[in-house]
Amino acid sequence: MTNTSHASATRRRQSTLVPNLIVIVLFAALLLFFIVPVIWLLLAPTKTANELIHDNPLSFGSLANLGAAWRHLITFQDHALLVWLRNSAVYSIGALVVTLATSVPAGYALALTKFRGRKTLLVITLVVMIMPTATLVLPIFLELNQFGLIGTIWSVILPFSFYPFGVYLVYIYFATTLPREILAAARIDGCSEWQLFTRIALPLAKPVAALVAFFSFVGNWNNFFLPYLVLPNSDQFPIQVGLNQLLSSTPSFNPVAGAGLNITSPELALAIIIAIVPVLVLFLFSQRALVSGMLAGATKG
Amino acid sequence: MTALNTGHEAVSSVTPVRRRATTRRRAGLAGYLFVSGYAILLLAFGIFPTVYAFFLALTNDRGQFTGLNQFIKVAQDYRFAPAFLNISLYLVMWLLSVVVLTVVVAIVLRSRMRPRLSAIFRFLYYLPGALAGVASVLVWLFMLDPAVSPVSWLLRSLGFADFAAVLSPGDLPVILVLIAFWTGAGGWIVVMYGALNNIPDEVLEAARTDGAGPWKTAWHIQIPMIRKWIAYMAILAFAGGTQLFVEPQMLQTASLGRVSPTWSPNQLAYVYAFQHGDFNGAAAISIFLLALGLICAALLVTRSDLFKVDES
Repeated sequence: MTNTSHASATRRRQSTLVPNLIVIVLFAALLLFFIVPVIWLLLAPTKTANELIHDNPLSFGSLANLGAAWRHLITFQDHALLVWLRNSAVYSIGALVVTLATSVPAGYALALTKFRGRKTLLVITLVVMIMPTATLVLPIFLELNQFGLIGTIWSVILPFSFYPFGVYLVYIYFATTLPREILAAARIDGCSEWQLFTRIALPLAKPVAALVAFFSFVGNWNNFFLPYLVLPNSDQFPIQVGLNQLLSSTPSFNPVAGAGLNITSPELALAIIIAIVPVLVLFLFSQRALVSGMLAGATKG
Repeated sequence: MTALNTGHEAVSSVTPVRRRATTRRRAGLAGYLFVSGYAILLLAFGIFPTVYAFFLALTNDRGQFTGLNQFIKVAQDYRFAPAFLNISLYLVMWLLSVVVLTVVVAIVLRSRMRPRLSAIFRFLYYLPGALAGVASVLVWLFMLDPAVSPVSWLLRSLGFADFAAVLSPGDLPVILVLIAFWTGAGGWIVVMYGALNNIPDEVLEAARTDGAGPWKTAWHIQIPMIRKWIAYMAILAFAGGTQLFVEPQMLQTASLGRVSPTWSPNQLAYVYAFQHGDFNGAAAISIFLLALGLICAALLVTRSDLFKVDES
């Protein structure tokens, strides 16, 4: 009895050995694929362009090199990098404020008030939310161009503020956490609709507001297409468009235009790191937010 | 006011009904006020641009109605078919890899690994997502340049002697899949893992008592139970993939012009608008892409029960 069960256990172990091996190899390969580029990127600014080519790709150079790369980068076009970072902050945070101010009340009203057209608004919101944001960029550009708004900061902030996914998240949140009966009771006690919203709904909205803020900020900080189309001047660029300009000023990728400039591979790598720091910091704390956002974005049936 | 008050007292038995009616009206008005800010943004940056793009696509530069001529014109452009072909090739590879690998990885992470270790893997796979967009393309330009790449031995053994050899136009779909997978797959693995977590333990327990091994459980229970999430991911990945712009645009810059500047449909629309000054033609291409996005969205909203439009 003991013998046979022992034998079958051994057989089972043997039959899972090969699949296990495949799984281990797959996971290791994926791990290298995802992480090696990140490690390389973090190490690159500590080396000179020459060391990048000749040294071990995953070796540490020196802090002096890092300082030199920083000085080259910062003097590029008279502190353009800092201007781009400031612009990105203004656009993303400005849009974030407008998004929260519009999507929290809208999601609340869609979930807990009744008005004609509510369902239509909800369906349109859903459809626009699922469509990739890039689909509307060119039409929005054509519209802004028609109204002469190209090149103003509002041509970026206002389209960035339109965030149907945020409205939907707030809607789902209120529909599932705030029972209508509480509002009905408060109404009978004489609360105005405005008081219901500010005293009952808003204090509850903190977690979903944080979720909307995370998705909105990350999406807008990384957005390239719209600002690329509507902002003609370098001093208005957000960092993403600025990075693109750095790319075309790097001799390794553009020998003609890049000649004579100090922007080489280490400087470019450093610029990438600086550009992603705000998003990276958010990402370190946001994995849970991603799951709850995406799984709430589409509810279980 | 006084008259209303007297009436109020006189028919006091009807009051609850009337009060409910007025509250509802009050709530209705408040509802409009609460959604007004968002509704204005929706009109300005959702509805109006769509309508305006349609208007442009149906007229010429003097505003005369031209029927479907703009659509025919762009469809007959020699760059139109290749752009859609490029994107299709990319989409097939991208969808296959993202669906198969994220599901397999999520299942292994969920059922065959200690929770601690699984959390570390999920986090590391997810991290490159922070570099979405321009940053990811720049990183991959370095990764694919045999001169500086940490895997230059691999590139050389695959026959790529230098950066120019890697960035030949035929390789673009593969490069774009690598970039998309690098930034996007980790997030989807985390989401799929979350969906798998929602399967009750009793179900998996029952399968185990019935003698199903881990692979059988995955195939017959876990995958069918997260099927709609897989469809959700596939449709969003497809819709997003049709819109490629940043990645091929930057690869074009880095390839010093060897990659076509109209590799993807969105780039073609961009060239129409910014190089030909032909906004009508650009709008017509946008409408094609808009239609693709709309079809995907409509599919998800009507054919799946993923989205809740009315609380029951």
